[in-house]
Amino acid sequence: MTSLAWLIPCALLLGGLGLAGFLWSLGNDQFEDLEGAGWRALDDSPPRDDRPG
Amino acid sequence: MAQAVLSPNSHLEERTAGRSGPLSGAERPATTTLVVVDMHCGGCLRKVETALLAVPGVVRARANLAMRRVTVEHENGKFDALPLISALERAGFSAAELAHEDDGGLAASNRDYLRRLAVAGFAAANIMLLSVSVWSGANGDMSPALQTLFHWLSALIALPAVAYAGQPFFRSAAAALKAGRVNMDVPISLGVSLATAMSVYQTIRGSEQVYFDAAVTLLFFLLIGRALDQRMRARSAGAAANLLGLRSQSAQVVLPDGTTTRVSARSLKPGMKFVTAAGERFAADGRVVKGASQVDESLITGETRPRQIDAGASIFAGTMNLGQAVTVETTAAEDRTLIAEIARLMAAAEQGRARYVRLADRAAKLYAPAVHTLSLLTFLGWLALGHGWEPALTAAIAVLIITCPCALALAVPAVQVAATSRLFEKGVLVKAPDALERLAEIDVIALDKTGTLTLGEARIVNRDAIPRDVLARAAALAAVSRHPLSRAIVRSAQEAGLSVVPAGDVREVPGFGLSRRTNEGEERLGSAAWCGAEVSSAAALWYRGMNGARVAFETSDMPRPDARAFIEHLMSAGYSVTLLSGDQPAEVERVAKAVGITEFAARMLPGEKVARLSEMKVAGLRPLMIGDGLNDAPALAAGHASVSPASAVDISQTAADVIFQGERLEPVLEAIAVAQRSRRMALENFAIAIGYNIVFVPLAMLGLVTPLIAAVAMSASSIAVTANALRLKSGSLQLGNWRSAP
Repeated sequence: MTSLAWLIPCALLLGGLGLAGFLWSLGNDQFEDLEGAGWRALDDSPPRDDRPG
Repeated sequence: MAQAVLSPNSHLEERTAGRSGPLSGAERPATTTLVVVDMHCGGCLRKVETALLAVPGVVRARANLAMRRVTVEHENGKFDALPLISALERAGFSAAELAHEDDGGLAASNRDYLRRLAVAGFAAANIMLLSVSVWSGANGDMSPALQTLFHWLSALIALPAVAYAGQPFFRSAAAALKAGRVNMDVPISLGVSLATAMSVYQTIRGSEQVYFDAAVTLLFFLLIGRALDQRMRARSAGAAANLLGLRSQSAQVVLPDGTTTRVSARSLKPGMKFVTAAGERFAADGRVVKGASQVDESLITGETRPRQIDAGASIFAGTMNLGQAVTVETTAAEDRTLIAEIARLMAAAEQGRARYVRLADRAAKLYAPAVHTLSLLTFLGWLALGHGWEPALTAAIAVLIITCPCALALAVPAVQVAATSRLFEKGVLVKAPDALERLAEIDVIALDKTGTLTLGEARIVNRDAIPRDVLARAAALAAVSRHPLSRAIVRSAQEAGLSVVPAGDVREVPGFGLSRRTNEGEERLGSAAWCGAEVSSAAALWYRGMNGARVAFETSDMPRPDARAFIEHLMSAGYSVTLLSGDQPAEVERVAKAVGITEFAARMLPGEKVARLSEMKVAGLRPLMIGDGLNDAPALAAGHASVSPASAVDISQTAADVIFQGERLEPVLEAIAVAQRSRRMALENFAIAIGYNIVFVPLAMLGLVTPLIAAVAMSASSIAVTANALRLKSGSLQLGNWRSAP
């Protein structure tokens, strides 16, 4: 039964990591354009610097 | 078809603010959102971004393919959207600035729901993990101490999760109770909070009756329904905003020094003067100060006959200048304008609709008292049988938990999401959240004529009677001009299979027509006087060939291609159809006969249309209003439900519940059929939910419902309801009339 002492925290931690990851991606506009994101992955031209500098 | 239109924009104001304010404001890049409708693939995406980045001053351009929009960041105070739009035009895209981004709130609340959904999902999964261990160990080797530990862990996860994820339900329930009403969120909130509270109490006592999993899973399922509903609505609202953006206009403003500059229509201020060329729509209400012309006011009044205007005449935004360029002084701000009058009528008409009670809330009104009475009876029953107050309370709360309307609360949203996304794919945008429910209940249909039943633009009626070579020559002349009648000729020549090559050396005389001189003589296209034909003829447009022979082009506003079939379909389904038009009686009668409508009224003012709809309502009927013009806007707000084509004026699109795209009316039939089907499915879902209650409520009253049974029953009913709703996504539908339906 002592295995529970670390198995349960492990399970919660992993689940929590998943939740944190989802919330991060939501806040980071990852779900704004699901169609375009697929196309961008196929774009093989050299990356350009379009970040505000 | 370059659509270089530009409109009101936030950054124009920002720019002015930046100029007058401290310098620091100019450091921050300004953002402009453009609508690019013809962006379809990754290649377009890249082309759009590259074209925009090549414009000097643009810092960043990010295209969104799903929304068909581009967000452009550029140095503040440098320029407005026109250079961006023309850059896109050179790259082969038609773009427009987004008129007003009013769907920002919807997008934000969609995100908020997703966040709560994620938290509820995390909590539900982990609590379920613990619960399954407890259930499987309950009759085996699990010690009571370990069980209690697992319950405490569940409580630690459930309490914050319920407090966070349940907020939308709690808030809505509190608002309803405060207003003295009951909605579906009241039983949900009560069930969830009682289940949680009792589970905490039982955990402290070390009992087995713990329902954390049921409470959190319930929230998880309900949030899925709400989040999907929100997402569909945000998508529809975004698409509707795109349509409005594409229709918005720019104006050629005359500055005091006599030079002209193009600005967006919404930045026109009263007193500013602007020039409107032939074939353009007026950008604002105003008074003519220079020039004389004819205007097509069909979008405002429904009347197809052009009106003559001279200096001093007032014109309305959205009407089309047919003759020659005129200079207009903007007067829009006065509240005596037509728009102001329409807005007043609309505000009055909308009040009736606000009183509509949604299906789910009507169900809740019956359901909540029934459930609460059952629960009370259980409590009293157990007390009467002498079991003491504690087991009595446990049984009573078990009744509340098992009846907690998971399936009932999912019944409507699940159907709504399936229906809205089906319609979205067919080009029908459902704007109001309760639009489908109201659309399913209609039994009379009132239609506007110009632009709704008809295409709202001139077409050549006697095309087949015109010799092909004449049509080809006339089209070659017409291809040079932007006049609406010229465009009609070019279009019908193309429809007749001719390839139109613009002729050279064409002279355009505004207000009269076109002419071309060659060695063999002169050919002319234009008014009867211009071509020397007798004025008594009905034809508005003539062609005079080089040999002097004259050919008449009869123009008219043609019904939409499937108008007749549309009306027949509605009538055979048992709807009575009325045509309400602002046009002349003869014209209204002609169109009514052409499409098979027997009831029609002409020369209707906006207020009279509303009055006619109110009469129908008083007679116990529920009218559907279909219209597009400014004169229809109050009637659209007054109808039990309302539909507008995507070509309608802004104010009508805003007032309408549903917007359809394209030249055909068929999407309206589809919308009504889907609405009726979803109403039936919502009722089916209610039946499923009630059937499930009939099985489980007696068990709960007898105190036989264990946490395991509660969790399984809840999930199973939710899945059944959702699966039923998904059937709506495919298959063809038959239009019915809900009153005559079995």
